[in-house]
Amino acid sequence: MRLVLEPRQEPSRSAGLLSPLLAVAATLLLGFVLFSALDKDPWQALQVFFVQPVATEYGVGELLLKAGPLMLCAIGLAIGYRANVWNIGAEGQLTIGGIAAGGLALVFTDSPAPWLLPAMIVAGALGGMAWAAIPAWLRTRFNANEILTSLMLVYVATYLLSFLVHGPWRDPEGFNFPQSKMFAENALLPNIFPGTRLNAGFLVALAAVATGWLFMARSLAGFQMRVAGLAPAAADYAGISTRRTVWLSMLAGGLCAGIAGMNEAAGPLGQLQPTLSPGYGFAAIIVAFVGRLHAVGILLASLLMSLLYLGGEAAQVTLALPAAVTGLFQGTLLFFLLAADVFIHYRVRMIRSTSGFTVPEA
Amino acid sequence: MDHVAGLLVLTLAAGTPLVYAALGELIVEKAGVLNLGVEGMMLVGAVAAFIMAARTGNAWLGILAGMAGGAALAAVFAVLTLSLLANQVAAGLALSLFGIGLSAFVGLPYVNVVIDGIRPITIAGISDLPYIGKLLFGHNPLVYLSIAQFAAVHWFLYGTRAGLIVRAVGESPQSAHAIGYPVIRIRYLAVLFGGACAGLAGAYLAVAYTPLWAEGMTAGRGWIALALVVFATWKPWRVVAGAYLFGGLTLAQFQAQASGAAIAPQLLSMLPYLATVIVLALISRDAVMIRQNAPASLGKPYHPEH
Repeated sequence: MRLVLEPRQEPSRSAGLLSPLLAVAATLLLGFVLFSALDKDPWQALQVFFVQPVATEYGVGELLLKAGPLMLCAIGLAIGYRANVWNIGAEGQLTIGGIAAGGLALVFTDSPAPWLLPAMIVAGALGGMAWAAIPAWLRTRFNANEILTSLMLVYVATYLLSFLVHGPWRDPEGFNFPQSKMFAENALLPNIFPGTRLNAGFLVALAAVATGWLFMARSLAGFQMRVAGLAPAAADYAGISTRRTVWLSMLAGGLCAGIAGMNEAAGPLGQLQPTLSPGYGFAAIIVAFVGRLHAVGILLASLLMSLLYLGGEAAQVTLALPAAVTGLFQGTLLFFLLAADVFIHYRVRMIRSTSGFTVPEA
Repeated sequence: MDHVAGLLVLTLAAGTPLVYAALGELIVEKAGVLNLGVEGMMLVGAVAAFIMAARTGNAWLGILAGMAGGAALAAVFAVLTLSLLANQVAAGLALSLFGIGLSAFVGLPYVNVVIDGIRPITIAGISDLPYIGKLLFGHNPLVYLSIAQFAAVHWFLYGTRAGLIVRAVGESPQSAHAIGYPVIRIRYLAVLFGGACAGLAGAYLAVAYTPLWAEGMTAGRGWIALALVVFATWKPWRVVAGAYLFGGLTLAQFQAQASGAAIAPQLLSMLPYLATVIVLALISRDAVMIRQNAPASLGKPYHPEH
């Protein structure tokens, strides 16, 4: 008797929706085993990880605060992934967006202009798009693989930010810390929920997710890009331009990631620091997949991923576990998801074989 | 002149992890599988090697642990993509993200630990010969091993029947299957070999090159190794040449600082990454050449039963 994978006639929709839930369940189970292996009470550990961070109003505010950049980056990436354009450099686009927006805030530190904040959002978006335009151009003009170029540019962006805050943009009164001056009041995203750190950036993120959904589900360009991803040959035949698909995919990703960078700089940080995000741009790749490249799914997955970040922090304080446990859970979640996704296109069938005779497959 | 020889020695040392990882990935891609998880496998190899070396005091055991760690992570990738037919791009990314997280997690207690790493071999008298002494006889044993790996990979791919079968599987798994070769099993072995090589590359960094453990210490070398395979248009000797070229670039920062150049270190640190982007674009520009040299089934899932 053996198990074989048998292709389904059509991809299963229910398996596609069930698979993230299976993956979450399997990740929790693994967490249980891991915590037990580390001599922590697993129930207490899971409670610290997944419940305690959101037990207070402040905690819920933190959950939404971290979910914002995750959903922003993920919705932008999802547009590209649907079209089979693999931008994995959102972290770099986020960084450049933060640099562009932060640069503007630093130029106008003494100006009370009310347009500064909107202008910073635009600057962040343009910065992210400019950074994403490089791999788009290299792909359309030189046929260079966007996975590798977009990833390489993450390192370049990180070093650029590090150079700026160690050098020209360093706060002269900052006791030699590598960070910029604090932004002025009018360059900070206003708080939207007193008692928490939640700011207007979250509303921007929600608006981006809604726009992303409209673009993917209701616009002609979004439809064409989905066709390009699902059936490249059909897309070619229908005259859908690959060049345009690549450009739109990369720019959408860069735009959203750039705004996320602005949100971080003008939100929780209030200045430029050598690191703007704890890997939101990479975690967003997982958010996009776990959210099934769909706006609603991304919304939910970004909350889950945000909880993993908070849980990691809580586990560090309460359980003396390294915060890196977050990265471990993130990676595991994606593994289990990919494994569970097999049921979308295949069903498992048991084949009983009696001596030398195998039941032929349907 | 001695300065040039010294620089060449350093270049070989800096290029060696790229040689290991890229030659491993070359075999994987020759078999038609694209594993983007090199960075993750390198990090897991590095941390496994370092922990083993710190615990046992034997850096060579660390090297073996690093190879095992890389191969173990590769096995996860193989199950996902070869048995469960998951998307290779997504699974490779998952591998890298997971490896980064896992290595940071298990490596944390070892961040400031000092170990006795594998040192360059010096042969009294011979290594002190002017010019060629250092160049030929002053390297780390793992540098020599990487050259042996190159010879072995080249010989395997172009001089053995098994290598021919691997290449056939990468060009057309359907035909290879029809002739009766176990495509999936061959691909499993290739992926595991690539994982062990990536693990060895990480182990070299952690117990020989630096030797220390730091979170994310591979600093993108896994991704550069992936790019190297493309630059090299899937030819082993060009992989090695590219690896040393990029190894040299990573030294530019230290060289410039040593000579007192007034360029910010962060800007010099960008060089290897910028160079990767530029060279990748230049090589890929010739789409026909890429198509002719890339294994035809690269990245495409294959299932023998349909």
